[in-house]
Amino acid sequence: MNAIFLMLMGLGAMALGYFVYSKFICEKIFKVSPHFRTPAHEMQDGIDYVPTNKYILWGHHFTSVAGAAPIIGPAIAVIWGWVPAFLWVVFGTIFFAGVHDAGAIWASARNKAKSIGSLTGDIVGNRARSIFMIVIFLVLLMVNAVFAVVIAGQLINFPSATLPVWGAIVVALIIGQLIYRKLINLLMVTIIGVVALYAMIYAGPMLPLALPETLGPLSDNQSWIIILFGYAAIASLLPVWMLLQPRDYINGIQLFIGLILLYGAVLISGPELVAPAFNTDLPENTPSMIPLLFVTIACGAISGFHGLVSSGTTSKQLDKEPDVRFVGYFGAVGEGSLALAAIIAATAGFASLADWQAIYHSFGQGGVSAFINGGANILQQGVGLDTVLAQTLLTVMVVLFAGTTMDTGLRLQRYIFQEWGHIYNIGWMQKAAPATMLAVATCLLLAFGAGGDGSGGMLIWPLFGTTNQLLAGLTLLVITVMLVKKRRPMWYTLGPLVFLLVMTTLALLTQLKSFYDKGDWFLFTLDLVVLAAAILVSLECTSTLTKQIKANKASPATDET
Amino acid sequence: MKLNSIKAWLRQASFYAEEAYNAPYRSAIARAKREQDDLFMLLIFSEMMGVPNPASYYTLELQPVLMERFHDWHTRMGMEHSPLDNIKCC
Repeated sequence: MNAIFLMLMGLGAMALGYFVYSKFICEKIFKVSPHFRTPAHEMQDGIDYVPTNKYILWGHHFTSVAGAAPIIGPAIAVIWGWVPAFLWVVFGTIFFAGVHDAGAIWASARNKAKSIGSLTGDIVGNRARSIFMIVIFLVLLMVNAVFAVVIAGQLINFPSATLPVWGAIVVALIIGQLIYRKLINLLMVTIIGVVALYAMIYAGPMLPLALPETLGPLSDNQSWIIILFGYAAIASLLPVWMLLQPRDYINGIQLFIGLILLYGAVLISGPELVAPAFNTDLPENTPSMIPLLFVTIACGAISGFHGLVSSGTTSKQLDKEPDVRFVGYFGAVGEGSLALAAIIAATAGFASLADWQAIYHSFGQGGVSAFINGGANILQQGVGLDTVLAQTLLTVMVVLFAGTTMDTGLRLQRYIFQEWGHIYNIGWMQKAAPATMLAVATCLLLAFGAGGDGSGGMLIWPLFGTTNQLLAGLTLLVITVMLVKKRRPMWYTLGPLVFLLVMTTLALLTQLKSFYDKGDWFLFTLDLVVLAAAILVSLECTSTLTKQIKANKASPATDET
Repeated sequence: MKLNSIKAWLRQASFYAEEAYNAPYRSAIARAKREQDDLFMLLIFSEMMGVPNPASYYTLELQPVLMERFHDWHTRMGMEHSPLDNIKCC
C-alpha cells in the first residue's frame, strides 16, 4: 500500500476525532462553559496563573509533551507489522489520549488548577496519592535512563550528528544571553538561531566526531551515557533562562520544520509500505503482540506523562474553559501525527522487505535507527536531500528532544528528592546539588544495572510504557470519579481506564516471566514493584468507584453542577 | 498601504514569538525574581527587625517606595500581621 494513503487515512481519522468526538466529550460530558471563571482569572498573579492565548498555550503544551517517546515507541512496535501500530496510534489518540489530556486539564481547572497528584489525594484518597508519587518517580527514572541510552546509541550510529547536537547547546546558550540582556529582538534571534542550527547540521557530515572506542575501562557507549548525565546534571541546575528556555524554543521550531518536511516528502515521493501489514515472520524472542503493543507505544496513543503537564502548568494558564478542547485534545492529535510519521518512516523508508527485516532482526531493534534511516530515505526521495544530511537532520531532531526531556526529567526528580528531604527531615537532601547527584546516581544505576554495557536501556522500554500507562490510569480514575460525582456518564473514561489496567497488568506479567527465564533479577524486582503499584491502582479504582456509586444511589439526585 | 500591512504582520509575528518564548517559563522566572525582591525587602527593613545595617541611612529613603509591597511580603513570609510595631499595614 502507498504511504500517502496511510497518512491521509490516519490524519483524516484524527481530524474527525477532533471535530466530532472531542466536541461531544467536551460539550456533553465535561460540559465546559465559556462563563466558568478559570483559575488563570480567578487567581491571576502574573507568575503561575496567567490567562494565555489558546494558540500559544497549545504550542506550549504540545512542545512540552511531544518528545522522543512518540518516535521510539511506534518505531519499535512496527515489528508486529504496520496495521497494529497504526490502529493503536489512531484509535488511541481519538478515544484515549485526547480524552485523557483534555480531561486532565478540565479536572484540574475545575479544582483550582491543582496538579493531578494532589487531586488524587483530594478526590480518591491519600493512599492513591502515595502510589502516585512512587509511579511518577519510576517514570522519571526510566525515562532518563532510556533516553540516555538512546542518545548514546544514535551518536555512535550517526557521528555526523555529534557536532550539531552539542553545537545546538552552544547556540542556545548564546541566544539565552542575547535575549536576557535584551540585545536584539526575538524575531531576529529566532532567524539567526535556526539558521545557525541548520548550518551546523549541514556541516555535520563533513566533520563527523566520535569518541574513541574504549576510554580507559569504558566503551564509547558507556562514556557517552556518563557524559550525557554530566551534561543533564549541570543543565538541570542552571537558571532556566540560560539554557532550557532558548533550547526549548529552538526545539519547538525544529519540531514543526521536521514534521512539515517529513509529511511533505511523503506526499511528494509517495513511497510504498515495504513492511508487512501483519508480521507473520516474527524474529525469535518477540513477545506476543497483545498485550505488549499497548505498552510499547505509550506516547502517541496515550501517555500518563501528559497528565502531569496538563494539570501542572497548562491548567493554570487556561483562558476560557472551552479551550481545553483545542489545547488538550488537539495537543494529543499533534502527538498522534508525530507517531504516525514515525510509523511511516519506519515502514515505508526501505527499498525492500529484506532490508526492513535486516533492521528488525530482533525485538527492541530497529527503533530510532529505523526511524532515522527510513525517514532519511523518504526525505532523500521526496525533497532531494542528501541521505547522510537527512540522517543528521533527523538524528539531531530526536537527540535534542530526548536531551530536553532528560534534563527536565532530572530537574523533576531532584524536586522529588528535595521533597522527601523535607518530609523525612534529611538536611543534605534538601539542597539542590546533592539531590541532583542522587537523581543521576539512581539513573546510572538503572542504565548500567539493566545491562552491563549500558545498552540495557532498551530492555526497560516496555517497562517504562507500563509505568506510564499506570500514571494515565490514575489520571483517568480521577476524571471518572469526578464525572460520577457529577452524575454524568462515566463510560467514556472508564472504558479506556479498564482497558489500560488490563493490558498493563498482562504486559507486566508477560515481562515478569521473561525476566525470570533470563534470570535478570534486577529488572525482575523492578517489574515486581510496578506490578504491585498496578494492582494497588486497580483495587483503588474498584473501591473508590463502588463507594461513590453507592453514595450516589443513597442520596437523591441533585442538580448537576 | 502595503508597507503598513507588512508592518502589522511583523508585529503580530513578533508578539506570537515573544509569547511562545516567554509563556512556558514565565512562572519560573517570575518566581526567581520574587525571591530576589524578597531578599531586597529584608535588607531594607532589616534595621527595624534588629539586624544592624550599615547602609540604613540610604535604605530608610527607600522604605516609603516599598511600602506598597510590604503587606504582600510579610504575608508571603508567613507572618499574618505586620511584624513591625511602628508599621501597621493590616
